[in-house]
Order: sequence, then structure tokens, then C-alpha cells
Amino acid sequence: MMLLHDFYQFAIAPFQEFAFMRRALVATLALALSSAPLGVMLTLRRMSLFGEALSHAVLPGVAAGFIFFGLSLPALSIGGFLAGVIVVALAGWISRHTELKEDASLAAVYVVALALGVIMISGHGTQLDLLHILFGNVLGVDTEGLLLVAGVSSLSVLLMAGLYRGLLLESFDPSYLAASGGRNTIYQQLFLMLVVLNLVASFQTLGTLMAVGLMMLPAVSARLWHDTLPAQLVNSTVQAAAAGYAGLMLSYYASVPSGPVIIVCAGGFYFLSLIFAPRGWLPRMLRRPHLRA
Amino acid sequence: MKLFRHIVLGAAVLLTHLSSASAADAKLPVVASFSILGDIVANVGGDRIAVTTLVGPDQDAHVFQPAPDHIKSVARAKLVVINGLGFEGWMERVVQSANYRGDIVVASNGIAVRDRVSDEHDAHDGHEGHDHHHGKNDPHAWQNPANIVVYTRNIVAALSKLDPAGASVYQNNGDTYIAKLNELDRWATQQFAQFPDAKRKVITSHDAFEYFGAHYQVKFLAPQGVSTDSEPSAKEVANLIRQIRKEKIRAVFIENMSSPKLLQQISKEAGVSLGGKLYADALSQADGPAPTYLKLMRYNIEQLLAQMKLN
Repeated sequence: MMLLHDFYQFAIAPFQEFAFMRRALVATLALALSSAPLGVMLTLRRMSLFGEALSHAVLPGVAAGFIFFGLSLPALSIGGFLAGVIVVALAGWISRHTELKEDASLAAVYVVALALGVIMISGHGTQLDLLHILFGNVLGVDTEGLLLVAGVSSLSVLLMAGLYRGLLLESFDPSYLAASGGRNTIYQQLFLMLVVLNLVASFQTLGTLMAVGLMMLPAVSARLWHDTLPAQLVNSTVQAAAAGYAGLMLSYYASVPSGPVIIVCAGGFYFLSLIFAPRGWLPRMLRRPHLRA
Repeated sequence: MKLFRHIVLGAAVLLTHLSSASAADAKLPVVASFSILGDIVANVGGDRIAVTTLVGPDQDAHVFQPAPDHIKSVARAKLVVINGLGFEGWMERVVQSANYRGDIVVASNGIAVRDRVSDEHDAHDGHEGHDHHHGKNDPHAWQNPANIVVYTRNIVAALSKLDPAGASVYQNNGDTYIAKLNELDRWATQQFAQFPDAKRKVITSHDAFEYFGAHYQVKFLAPQGVSTDSEPSAKEVANLIRQIRKEKIRAVFIENMSSPKLLQQISKEAGVSLGGKLYADALSQADGPAPTYLKLMRYNIEQLLAQMKLN
């Protein structure tokens, strides 16, 4: 009984006492539910750095939203979403109509977008650290932001379920999908739009570091655990949720900034997975002792 | 004939332009590091100097990045005035790249320097303070008008040394300005004296008000450290909310440049209403409420008083 009480005091009481802790946890869990599976799909397509590139690409849109409408969450989010979609579409168009591959054209386009964003922000006068103001903090999630993350997360999970087969086929065997009459680019475009939507929503509420970190880290380490895609999807979500909870607890008890420590927790899981997961380093070492002979 | 008159007129206009330009050049070019200091220097120098401010109104000196224009104005300056106490960490680089060889006046020379308060909660737990705090001096000395009297004297001395012909002008301007500072100080002291100690508590997102708080015995609590770029932890936020609830503080302010979102959440959760902006490190634009140092102080104090009534 005593033990149960201690556990409650340690693990649950902070969330009972403080609304900001509850909101941070719910936002993180919602993000884990949709972003981590999207991250798995991204790694399948060898687009792991896509999220990072996109976190810069949305800047001109967010800046435009800020300049015209001030600090309003819908304006910043819509601006960021449009900028992200334009960058992705432009990169896609370039890769289809020139010799450049998708990653090369994305690398070129996002850097230009980032530069434009910086110019717009510095042209607007104040030289303060606008990144801190334009992008959220996991401890400062308000009701509006929570609704945004929850809405985007629900939409993403539903759409992913509906498009699952097409997405899968397209990831593994685009030529088969094309041959069987599937509309290849539609899936690709819809999928990328979902990614942009998720990233933008979590930039606005949780900050860029958290958005990209929770999308990619659990996804990458989930691949070390399972061969099948459904298992990877579930694993990545569980890891992301666990990292979110562990990070918030650490931030609460050890007094470290929340966003970064959540990502460090996800990084810790990744490190453990690297060593102990079935497809990690240790099992591989144990499996082939005959190589040494 | 008409043409001739036009030419003469044109020449006359040109001449007056040239002479007014040279009159402008005759003003001593002085560079001040940030907007508040620039205003004080301009008050002392009057018409005899032309002040350029590096970190302008509404800009944050903590994250300032010098542009070529800034280097150029330092290179042309006859005098550079800085706050000192580690406030302008970037100044050394600017002076070097401008190849500036003149005097650098540290306006805060001779004031009673206060140490930075590291986070109270951390101190209780025996943790080290945040390691991004450089140096242990608190640079925000201008938040106490009595310190600005010292600033003014330092500036008067430096200008008089550089331009002995104007010494009496600087002395006069300085005395006038000091009289205004003393008047402001007397008024503020009277105003704050109306409140009992228990009510003189304020929360801001930027603890730049250490000197102000010590001078007028107002207790400032902050969710973030001195530097604007520090990210708070969940523990700090939780402790702050507990403190607000316990001490029943209603005066909560968003300082004019740090992130408002977090503070809004804190005040909502603790059930307090938000006050207006307090101007900590920078003047407002000319059409704002705090375009000069004296107006800035008066505006801040009025905001504080209004909110303290709710405590």
C-alpha cells in the first residue's frame, strides 16, 4: 500500500497538480501517435532527413503569417503549412522534370526558403530570437495548440489507415503500383502533405526540436526491433510516448529544459536499441561466433 | 536673365546645403551601445553631439548581431559609450573590426554593482546555477534611477574631456537631467511607499529588475533566467506556480521581448491576470509608451502600481 502511494506521488501526482504538465503530456502522446508512424514511413523511403529540412523550409510561411496577422496560431500554422507544401511540391516537380533526385532538389529548395524566411524576419525590425516566439514550447501548450495537435493527429491516423495499402506498395515497389494502375504520385503527395501537416502542428505547439526528434528517433530505432512494418509502427509509437513521459518526469524532477530532455530520452532508447535490439550490435555479435575462427 | 537668376538661385541652394552638411559634421559623432544609454548620452550632449545607437528600440542586446552599418558608425565615432558589467559581450569584436582607437566609456563605472541572482529554487536544492550565465555581475543597473545619476556624471566627464569647449554645456545638461532623475526617484519612492511589503511582489518573464527591486523594495520573481534564450524546465515552472498560489501574487507581467506563450499558461494556471508590458532592456519606438528613459521608468512604475493594487 505504501509502495502504491509512493508510486502515485512520484509518477502521477505532478500531472494531477499541474495543468501545464497534463497538457504537455497529452500533446506529446498525440504527437507520438501520428508522427512516429509517419517517421517509420519516411525512413522506409530513405527520406530520414526530410523532417529536418522541412523544419527550416516552413520558416518563410511562418514569418509571413507573423508579419500579416501577428502572433496567431492559425495564421502561423497555415503559413507554415503552405510554405512546407510549396517547398515539397517544388522539389517534387524539379525531380520529375529534371535530372535531379528528390533529396537533391529538396536540399536546394529548402535552403532558399530558409534564407527567405530569415530575410523576412530581420526585415520586420525586431532582432530578437523570433524562433523562440514563432515556435512553441512543450510547457507552454495552450488549449488552441492542444486542439491543433489532437486534430492533426486524428486526421493523420485515419488517413494513414485508409491509404495504408497504397502507401506500403508505393514505398516498397513503386513500379508494381504504377503497373497495376495505382496512382503513384497521389499517394506520395498525400503522404508528404501529412508529414508537413504533422510537423507544422508540432512546431507551433512543441517546438522544432521536439517535432523532428519525436518523428525520427523512435522510427529509426523501431526498425532495429522488428522486420514487419505493422510491428515497427506500433513500436515507434510506444517508444515516442515513453520518451515523452520519461522526459517530462526528468524535466520535473531534475530541472532540465523539457523539449531537449524528451529528445534525449528518445535518443537513449535509440542507443539501447542499437546495442540490444534483435537487429542491433550485440545479437549480431553473438549470432556469428564462427566468423572469428 | 531668367536663366542666370536660376543658376544663382541654384548655387545659393547648393551652398546652404553644403554649409548645413558641414554643420552636421561638426557635431561630435558618439556611439552608444543600446537605446536606453543612447537616450541618456543624447540628453547630456544636446546639440553638440550626434548619437548613434547600436542596439535600437525594441531590440534585444542579448542576441544582438552587428551589421556592417554598426561597424561603420563605430569606426567614425569619436567616443563609444557602453553600459559595461558584461552587458555588451559583442562590443569587443565590433571595436576590433571597426579598428576604433578612441575612448570607450563604461557608463556604469562607480555604481554599487549587484550580483546576479541565480535561480532561487536551484539554490535551495544545492544545484549549480545555469551555466549560460556569463560573469556574476547583473548588468541591468539602469533600472535604478539613482544609478543613472552616476551614468550621467560619467558621460559628462567623458564628453568634457573630449570636447573641452563644450564642458559647461555638458555640465549644465547633466545637472538638468540629474534633477529630472531625482524628481522621478522621489515620485516613485512615494508611490511605492503606499503599499505594504506583502503587496510589493511582481512576476515578470525576465529578471532584469534586480536593481529596481532592491531600490524600491519590490520583489520580482521570474520563470526564466537573466538571459532571454534560456529554456525553463518543468520543475521551475511548477515551483513558480506553487509560489504564486502560496503568496497570492496578482501582478504578472510580460517583458517586452521574451516569449509570451509560456507566461500566459502560467498565469492562467495560477489564476492571475496579465499586466501590460514592462520595458526592461530597450526603449520602445518613438510612437510607443517608452521612447525615452524617463518615460520608460514612469511607464513601468505606473504599470507596476496598477497591478500591485490587485495583490
